[in-house]
Amino acid sequence: MTIGLSHYLTVAAILFTLGIVGIFLNRKNIIVILMSVELILLAVNINLVAFSSFLGNLIGQVFALIVLTVAAAEAAIGLAIVVVYFRNRGTIDVADIHSMKG
Amino acid sequence: MISALFFYLFAAVLIGSAFMVITVRNPVHAVLFLILAFFNAAGLFVLLSAEFLAMILVVVYVGAVMVLFLFVVMMLDVDFAELKAGFLRYLPVGVAVGAIMALELIFVVTAWITAPETIATVPAQAEDVTNTLALGRILYTDYVYLFEAASLILLVAMIGAIVLTLHHKEGVRRQKPADQVARDPKKAIEVVKVQSGRGLS
Repeated sequence: MTIGLSHYLTVAAILFTLGIVGIFLNRKNIIVILMSVELILLAVNINLVAFSSFLGNLIGQVFALIVLTVAAAEAAIGLAIVVVYFRNRGTIDVADIHSMKG
Repeated sequence: MISALFFYLFAAVLIGSAFMVITVRNPVHAVLFLILAFFNAAGLFVLLSAEFLAMILVVVYVGAVMVLFLFVVMMLDVDFAELKAGFLRYLPVGVAVGAIMALELIFVVTAWITAPETIATVPAQAEDVTNTLALGRILYTDYVYLFEAASLILLVAMIGAIVLTLHHKEGVRRQKPADQVARDPKKAIEVVKVQSGRGLS
């Protein structure tokens, strides 16, 4: 039994779906939402690396590296905003974040 | 054969721990399961012979980003049980959307075939070059601007995080280095002529 490209893509698809479902299930907790976004980006990275490996083209891995960078920056900024918000308001409930009336 | 075995092991633990991340009650446990998920994703990357990205995933993600998550989760004094309240209410719609999406994605993935001429146009990788060396060769030549842009993104993120979280409390006396450096004898001492027989009042 050889492991083909579609096996990896299926794993990435399931991981992506779990990330989406995580955002639905934990609508109140912004930290778990951020973790779900990390799962989604991990799924994207698995897709990119799988294509890169099976098509023999290294550019996919360069792109995965950029995605990793952006994900790290997003996590740092997101958590900084969460910390500042908690310091000012004393809660991180997403339902309470409506002062901008968006 | 052994690589297939390891693929199924890594994939199963990856999906299981991702499931635990979104369902577990305690966010500290969620972060720890996310670390497990990243380790297994790194294992999948090794199986795909992308060793450099696997190591970056372990070092940068598990070593830095997840520790940051853990730090924030432990530092915030939040009643997480209260935040979990709507879980069962959102469960049906979440599972419905997730099932539809997973089915569609898997249909696309399994029905999709790479055109043979696409593979033929891709230049073959040299066998004697390691993954890290090959990646470095194209990252520092063809994609050097992309690489610089990535470093700029990280710089902006670093400055942004510092600017957002650094704050000075009011009413705390602190050192003012500029004042200390600007200090000279004229500011520091005052020469007073004292008349004999009288003190300074």
